Amino acid sequence: MKESYRNKTVLILNIVTLLVIGCATTQQRLLDSDSSQVQLRSIQTRAFDTTDKEKTLRTVMATLQDLGFVIDQADAALGTVSATKLNRYDLRITVTVRPRGETQLLVRANAQYGLKPVTDPQPYQDFFSALQKAMFLTAQQVD
Amino acid sequence: MTRFPKLFLLSFVGLLLMTGCETIPKDALTLSNESLQQRQIQTRKYETTDEAKILSACAGLLQDMGFNIDNSETKLGVIVSSKKRSAVNVGQQVTSIALAILVGTDMRTDKEQLMRCCVITRPTGEKGQYIAVRVTFQRIVWNDKGQISRKEGLTDSKIYQEFFDKLSKSIFLEAQEL
Repeated sequence: MKESYRNKTVLILNIVTLLVIGCATTQQRLLDSDSSQVQLRSIQTRAFDTTDKEKTLRTVMATLQDLGFVIDQADAALGTVSATKLNRYDLRITVTVRPRGETQLLVRANAQYGLKPVTDPQPYQDFFSALQKAMFLTAQQVD
Repeated sequence: MTRFPKLFLLSFVGLLLMTGCETIPKDALTLSNESLQQRQIQTRKYETTDEAKILSACAGLLQDMGFNIDNSETKLGVIVSSKKRSAVNVGQQVTSIALAILVGTDMRTDKEQLMRCCVITRPTGEKGQYIAVRVTFQRIVWNDKGQISRKEGLTDSKIYQEFFDKLSKSIFLEAQEL
C-alpha cells in the first residue's frame, strides 16, 4: 500500500517536472519563435565589402569544407549553400548570400546541432572568423 | 526511508538528460591544425581553365564508383552524390555470436550505411590557370535494429589518394572520348 503511494508520488513529481521543463508543444517548434528575430539576425549575419556573389559562395563552400562539412546542395541564383558535418554529432548549416546596397554582400548562416537550433553567438563568431580569413575581407557586424 | 528520494533523483536526472542539455561542441566551427592537413589530402590541382570539363570528369568518376548524383550546381562547381551499401562486418558478426553464446548478451551489429560524397571545383592560381578539385566523404551507419551506430567524416588519406588516381584516369578517358 505504502509502496504504490510512493510510486505514484514519484510519477506525479516527474510529470510536473516535465511540464515545467518542456512548456513548448511540439507544434510550436515549427516557427521556433521563442528568440528575438532581430537579435538572431544580428548573431547570424555579417557584411562584407564585395559584390561578387559567386566568388563569395565559392569561398563559403571552401570554408565549410575546411571546417569538415560535406556540401548538401548549392544554388547560385538563390545564393544558398547547405552542408552537414558528421563527427559523432550532426551539425547542419545553411549559408545565404545576398546584396546589401551597392557595395556590400550580406552573409547569413544558420545552424542546427542535432535536433536543436544553434542560438549561441560564439559558434557563428567562429564561423565568420574562419570565413573572413578565406575571403581576405573583414566580416562586419550589422545592426 | 532513503529509497524514495533516490528514486526521484534518478528519474529526475533521467528526465533532464532526455529533455536535452546538449550543446554544440566548442571546436565545431573553428579551424584546427588538422583542417589544413585535411585540405591538402582532399585537394588536387589540374592545369586547365575548363572547369566544366573537370566537373564532368568528376561526375563520370562518381558513376564509376557507384554513386548517384543527388544535386549539382555547375555555376559554383558543385556535385553532391550518395550511395547506400551493406555495412555487415564479419568480425563484428563473429563477436556478436560468441557473446550471445558465452554471456547471453545481444550485441548490435552494423547492417547498412549511407555514404555521401561531394566534389567542389574552383579556379585557382594567379591567373586562374588551375582548377582545384576538393572531395569530401562522410557516412552514416545503421545497426540491425535500424538505429544509427556511427556518424563520421572519412579522413583516411588512402581513400583520397585512390580517388584522385581514378580522377586522373577519368579525365584522360573523357579527353579520349571513351
